[in-house]
Amino acid sequence: MSAPGQNYLNASTGLRSWLLTTDHKRIGILYAVAVTTFFLLGGIFALLVRTELAAPGETIMGPDTYNQAFTLHGVVMVFLVIIPAIPGILGNFVLPIQIGAKDVAFPRLNLFSWYIFIIGALLALSGWLVIGQVDTGWTFYTPYSSDGSTSVLWLTTAVFIAGFASILTGLNFIVTVHKMRAPGMTWNRLPLFVWAIYATAIVQVLATPVIGITMVLLFLERLMQIGIFDPALGGDPVLFQHFFWFYSHPAVYIMILPAMGIISDLMGTFSRQQVSGYTFIALSSVAIAFLGFLVWGHHMFVAGQSAISSIIFSMLTFLIGIPTGIKVFNWVATMYKGSVSLKTPMLYALMFLFLFTIGGLTGIMVGVLAVDVHLHDTYFIVAHFHYVMMGGALIGLIGGLHYWWPKITGRLYNETLGRIAAVLVFIGFNLTFFTQFIMGSRGMPRRYHDYAGLLEQYPEFTALNLASTAGSYILALGLFMILFYALLSLIRGRKAPANPWGAVTLEWTHTDSIPELHNFEKVPLVTRGPYDFHLADDVFGGRDAVQGTT
Amino acid sequence: MKERKAIWLPDAASTYAGDVDALFYFILVTSFVLFVGVMTAMVFFAWRFRRRSSDDRPAPVKENKIVEAAWILVPAALVAIVFVWGFRVFIQMNVAPPNAMEITVRAQKWSWLFEYPSGARSTELQLPVSRPVRLKMSSADVIHSFFVPAFRTKQDVVPGRYTYAWFEATRQDTFPLMCTEYCGQQHSTMLSSVIVQSQDDFEAWLQESLMAADAPPAERGALLYVQQGCQGCHSLDGTGVIGPSFQGLAGSERVFTDGTSALADDNYLREAITLPALKIVEGYDALMPGVYASLDPAEIDALIAFIKEQ
Repeated sequence: MSAPGQNYLNASTGLRSWLLTTDHKRIGILYAVAVTTFFLLGGIFALLVRTELAAPGETIMGPDTYNQAFTLHGVVMVFLVIIPAIPGILGNFVLPIQIGAKDVAFPRLNLFSWYIFIIGALLALSGWLVIGQVDTGWTFYTPYSSDGSTSVLWLTTAVFIAGFASILTGLNFIVTVHKMRAPGMTWNRLPLFVWAIYATAIVQVLATPVIGITMVLLFLERLMQIGIFDPALGGDPVLFQHFFWFYSHPAVYIMILPAMGIISDLMGTFSRQQVSGYTFIALSSVAIAFLGFLVWGHHMFVAGQSAISSIIFSMLTFLIGIPTGIKVFNWVATMYKGSVSLKTPMLYALMFLFLFTIGGLTGIMVGVLAVDVHLHDTYFIVAHFHYVMMGGALIGLIGGLHYWWPKITGRLYNETLGRIAAVLVFIGFNLTFFTQFIMGSRGMPRRYHDYAGLLEQYPEFTALNLASTAGSYILALGLFMILFYALLSLIRGRKAPANPWGAVTLEWTHTDSIPELHNFEKVPLVTRGPYDFHLADDVFGGRDAVQGTT
Repeated sequence: MKERKAIWLPDAASTYAGDVDALFYFILVTSFVLFVGVMTAMVFFAWRFRRRSSDDRPAPVKENKIVEAAWILVPAALVAIVFVWGFRVFIQMNVAPPNAMEITVRAQKWSWLFEYPSGARSTELQLPVSRPVRLKMSSADVIHSFFVPAFRTKQDVVPGRYTYAWFEATRQDTFPLMCTEYCGQQHSTMLSSVIVQSQDDFEAWLQESLMAADAPPAERGALLYVQQGCQGCHSLDGTGVIGPSFQGLAGSERVFTDGTSALADDNYLREAITLPALKIVEGYDALMPGVYASLDPAEIDALIAFIKEQ
């Protein structure tokens, strides 16, 4: 039992107490600081890319710099932002509290994971600064990456190392969910966020070794010329693509499943209603985690794999698409006969539904064999995966951060600024990426430094690119605004009550405004499901717990 | 330049492009209807069931089996339709008719070369209209991808093996051809054109480009300069982007990256064509592929004669 007024933030002080902490909540914040920094960096690269494309011809940089900029944008955003973001920040902070545990199963391993992640990240970025630039794209396709004139060894080593952080985090969560649940926290009472992180953890543990092996092979190929991928040495460059996507497609689910979990929690809490199809959503997360291993070939319909392979991969892709579509219906249906509050987190949840539905439907488009032949490697693909990865995964993260911000910091951010920023993000995002659907369907290839050579046939590319670039600036403005009012709330924000949203999961009902060091005064006894608002007489009934909800 | 354009796909110009487009628009319209439906429901629910008091506690909703069955079965049926449809068109796009004319495609950083059965060569893809054509493609260096948006055709071109694509152009026009697999510095300039003409004009072009071997060497060299794709990297006006310009090259003093230098005489030019990686002129990268060693000696002589005239 801790002293009154003591919480995990003031229980100990000093840099050392943070860098050597084994508290899952503090480690979550360590991830937040790191990931936010990398997100800023990746965002700067994105703006450089968009600025170069604002007008035809060379705008601000030559082709080599441009190729390095989009490579770093991809590597940083995929490996250092989206993959670690939700499990690292919110998985760490929220998951143990949501299941009624005082920490993850292996707290020291948890801290170790963060250090591995940081070492991998620093290696990736120092390689860029010190050793030389990489211009292969985040996909590292051979033989360009195995015999090009630039060094990719540092970056592959970095990806290899960062992968272990992902594996160990996944392992930790799997054991935590199995062994650390509070009494009464049965599997069908797990919040859907926990189910999502759990399913993600399975993919992290099973898929990440494959990218590790692939990176080692690429390393050996360059260093010792062993001839696995390089046709000049008797290798097969398409084999690399199989290895790469065997990880990187499941990795798509590492990125999106956690966001789906957040959206489920947000839809339930801000509708005060049972999340429609709870069992379906929970089990389909796990099903998607496994099915996700069987669809990698849909990245390779025109790569030179056999037509039969392409047909099978297309079919499996649709099998995985159906449950995802059903989830969208479930989320919308959750509002039916609910009590819907449009606070900032809910705005992001609805934004997710808008953007992710477009991402999903265009995913069907590019999963169709004959249509993908035309759309493959054009801006249509770029737009599609940004709608899923940014419109889905990152918007989910931003919504989740707004939702749990009062619990993490004990402060409330400015709701008005929150809503304005949400609108900016929404407009900026759609302007940036919807224009890219149009360009792509007309044939604009991705990874082009310049489109001046296409203008005779496609004069519209100038206006569309300019609009897309303008959108990216609006989007950046919205994101900076979030950073601004988040930091402002730390200094000037109102103190948050323990349960500002009227939620009924343990992190809101059984902890203080800022949780104490070991989360709970005593181990909670769970007596209801995560969205059983009608049973939550302890939360409702005129207590001050619901203050701040309107 | 076209008078009026659709928002989405570019104007179609191959036999199967219409089938691809029909499927594209079917998915687009169906998606639009579904999207509008879902968003309407979302906005309506958010408004209709908005929170009226801070301690609203709505009763749990019983799940409706019929609605749930519908939203499982309808999407499943729709994806089944588009899968089968896409599969059928894909097979059509993959199986070339047996009477197709075969053209060999050679891709390299950063140019295209097309070789015809008669031995004619071109850096632009010259085609007769209404005749099926099958491409047999290979790459000299990294992976490239052959993309003609107007034909809805795309196929990666991989080093160390052949890949294939086929199409039949339906109208006479010039269409852009692009590389769509990232291949390095000048990826975005790896462009060419597809020039579709009548059968007669195409035959005439074939004749013209098969210049007799007894033409003057410099004239033959000028043709090889275009046909072999030298022009992609070596200009004739003194500008050097990827490789040194041919202007004033012959007879000049060449300084190399290792600090040595040499006079650009016939033997230097010959070596630079057949063994390009041996000496790299300062300010340039070792990018030129070694494939030109396979030119026959008379062709190398012709190219040297052409370079000396610049």
